[in-house]
Amino acid sequence: MSSVYALLFIVATLVLVLGLARKIVQYSRIPAPLKIPTTPAPVTRTGVVLRMIREVVLFESLFKSTKWTWIFSWMFHMGLFLVLVRHVRYFIDPVWLPIQLIQPFGKYAAFAMIAGLAGLLIRRIFVDRVRYISSPSDFLWLLLLLVIGLSGATMTFLVHTDVVAVKEFFTGFWTFSGGDLPMDPLLLVHLTLVAVLMLLLPFSKLLHIPGVFFSPTRNQVDNPREKRHLVEWARKLEES
Amino acid sequence: MAGAEFETPELTEFIEVPKLVEGTMEHVTCFVAKPEHQEPLGFPGEKVENWKEVAIDKMGDLLSRYRSFQVFMDACVKCGSCTDKCHYYLGTKDPKNMPVGRQDLLRKVYRRYFTFAGKYFPKLVGAADLTDEVVDEWYSYFHQCSQCRRCSVFCPYGIDTAEISMAAREILDSIGVGQKYCNEIIGKVHKIGNNLGLPGPAIEDTLEGLEEDVYEEDEVAVKYPLDVKGADILLVTPSADFFAEPHVDGLIGYGKVFHEAGVSWTLSTKASEAGNFGMFIGSYENMRRVSLRIREAALELGVKRIVFGECGHAWRVAYSFLNTLAGPFDFLDPDYPVPQHICEFTLNEIEKGTLEFDKSENDDMSITFHDSCNVARATRMGDKPGGQFDIPREVIKAVVNNYHDMEWDTIHERTFCCGGGGGLLTDDLMEVRVKGAKPRMTAFKNVMEEKGVTHLAAICAICKSQFTKVFPYYGMDMFQIVSVHQLVSNAIVLNRKTPPEEAPGYGEDDDDE
Repeated sequence: MSSVYALLFIVATLVLVLGLARKIVQYSRIPAPLKIPTTPAPVTRTGVVLRMIREVVLFESLFKSTKWTWIFSWMFHMGLFLVLVRHVRYFIDPVWLPIQLIQPFGKYAAFAMIAGLAGLLIRRIFVDRVRYISSPSDFLWLLLLLVIGLSGATMTFLVHTDVVAVKEFFTGFWTFSGGDLPMDPLLLVHLTLVAVLMLLLPFSKLLHIPGVFFSPTRNQVDNPREKRHLVEWARKLEES
Repeated sequence: MAGAEFETPELTEFIEVPKLVEGTMEHVTCFVAKPEHQEPLGFPGEKVENWKEVAIDKMGDLLSRYRSFQVFMDACVKCGSCTDKCHYYLGTKDPKNMPVGRQDLLRKVYRRYFTFAGKYFPKLVGAADLTDEVVDEWYSYFHQCSQCRRCSVFCPYGIDTAEISMAAREILDSIGVGQKYCNEIIGKVHKIGNNLGLPGPAIEDTLEGLEEDVYEEDEVAVKYPLDVKGADILLVTPSADFFAEPHVDGLIGYGKVFHEAGVSWTLSTKASEAGNFGMFIGSYENMRRVSLRIREAALELGVKRIVFGECGHAWRVAYSFLNTLAGPFDFLDPDYPVPQHICEFTLNEIEKGTLEFDKSENDDMSITFHDSCNVARATRMGDKPGGQFDIPREVIKAVVNNYHDMEWDTIHERTFCCGGGGGLLTDDLMEVRVKGAKPRMTAFKNVMEEKGVTHLAAICAICKSQFTKVFPYYGMDMFQIVSVHQLVSNAIVLNRKTPPEEAPGYGEDDDDE
C-alpha cells in the first residue's frame, strides 16, 4: 500500500511540475502584440513589479471590488500558504530555522484557510450571480480543498497521526525507500486528495496561479509613446 | 430585433445591483454586415459553409497570437468579482451581461475544443459544443459589450472582457458574420478617410463655415486649415467634430487654442478621422490600415507634431497602439510626445500663460466631468499615472467657475461607460444603449440634485453622441452634454487680433464693405 502511495505521489509530482512548466512555457511564448495595461498603470518596470506584488500578496484588485470575497479568499490563500510552508518540515531533515519559526503560525493558519473556504462556498451557493456562473467543478474544488484542510487540521489538533513515520515516508518516497506510511484513514484521505489536487491543477482553473503573472493588463509598463512595442508576427506584417 | 419597444429603466437613489433575470436581452441583435461591408476588410461576405471548422481554427490562431486571450481563457476562477461591475448587467439584469457571463460564452467553447477537461468532462467544467445557437448568442452578447474595461479593474487576474469581445468579433468576422455598423464604417475610412464618409470638399466647406462663425462672433480671423503643407501640427480629430453638436463646438475650441498659442496647424483629408473602429472588431490588420493613414498624412504634410482631438477609443488607439501600428515616428519633433492629446496641449499652454480666460462666460453652467472609459482605463495623459483624470479636469477648472465631481466610485478608473462605446453606437442597439447608460445617468442625476450641476462635459465623440441620444430617455435635455473644448472656446479671450484682410470672405463681395 505504501508503494502505491509512493508511486501516486511520484506521478502527481511529475504531472504537476511538467504540466505547470508546459503552461508557463506556453504563456511565455505567446506574444502580447499590443500595450494593454489597465490604467492608471506604472510607468516603470519597478512599478510593475510592485503592482504585481500587491496583486499577488494583497489581492489589490479584489480588495477594490468586493470586500467579502476579498476577506474569504485572502484568508484562504494566506492560510494555505502558511500551511504549505509549514509542511516543508515533512520533506527535509534537519528542519530549516524559518520553517521551525513558522510552525505555530502554520498550524493555526489551517483555521483561516478552512474559514475562508467555507465563506467562499457559502458565497457560491447563496449569491445568485456567483451561483449562476458556477460549474460543478467550481463547487468540487472548494469541497476538495475543504476536506484536505479539515482532515489535516483534525490530524494536527485532534487525532494525531504518526508524523515521524509520515516524514520518513516523504523523505524517501522518490526511491521507494521511505518506509511504511501509517494506515490511518484520515491521513490516507488527506494524502489522496492532495495527490488529486496535484494531478488536476495543470488542467484546471487553478492555472490562475501562473496566469496572473502573465496577465498583460497587469504586467505591462505604461510607456507606449516612449518605447515602440512590436512583436514578431506584427513585424512580419510590416515587411509584407 | 432593431427598434423593438422597451422600457427605460427608472433611476434609483443609488446604483443598485439587481437580482439576475435570465434572457432579458436575448432578443437583442444588430444588423449583420452585407458582403459589400465584409469583403473590403478581408472577411468572407457571408456565413461560410464550414463555419464551425473556420471558427475553431480562428480561435486557435488567436490563442497563439494573443497572450491576453490565452491567459484570460485559462485564469478565470469564477470568483464573481466582476459580476456587478458591468453597466450593461446593472441596466439589464441579464446574467450574460455580467463580464464573466459574457466571457463564458466563448470560454465554454474554448474548454470544449482546447482543454483536456473540456474534451473529456464537458459537463463538469461547463464546456459546450459550438453550434448555430452559440454563434447567435455570441453575435448578440458580444455586441452588448462596449469594451470599456471596467471589469478588468476589479478582476484579480486583470481579465479584460474587451479583449475577449474583440476576439469573439474577430472570430465572427472570420466566418462571415460581421456587424454592419462597424464594418461599414471601417470600409468608409479605408475608402474615403473618415467614419462618416465626408469627402474633402465637404470638410473644407465646413471649416470655412466655422471660420465665418468665429469671425462673426469675435471679429478675429481664427483659421481652421486643411491640408496645409509645412504646418507644425497635424490635428487628427473624430469626424463627428466636423458637424455634430456639441462636437463641433469642441473643434472651434481647438482652433482658438491653437490661434492663441500662435502655432501653425492643419487638419488632413486623408487623416480626417481619429476614431479607429478596427479596434472594436479586434482586427489588428484593419486597425493598422486605418492607423497608417495618419502616418502617411503626417509624412505628406511634413508636420512636426501630431495632436488628437477629443475622442475616447481614438485616444486609446493613438496613445497605446499608434507607435506600434504605424511607428516609428522618428520623423517628428522628439521634444513632444507622439501623439499628444488636445487636453495636454491646452493645459501646457495654460501653464505657459499664453491663454487668457474669462471664466464668467461659462457661469450659466455648472459642470461635472465624465471620464470616458477608454481614456480612463486604457491610456494616460501627461507624465504621471492618472494624468488622464487630472489634466482634463484642470483644463475645465481653468475655464469654469462651477465644477463638481460625481460620486467617487463612478469616476476615474471606476468610471461608468456612457453605454454607447465599442461599436454599439447604432440605432439598432438603442435598447442596449439606453439600459447600459443607467449607472452613469444615476450618478449624473445625483450630482445634479445634490450640487446643482447642469452640464456633463466629455472628451469623447461616442460619449457626446450617446448622451445626446440617451438623455431624453431619462428626462434630461440633450444639450446637457458639452465638449471640454467647447467650455474652453466659451471662455477664451482672443488677444491675437488679426488684420482685416485675413477675415473670411475678405474681398469677395465688396458691396458690403
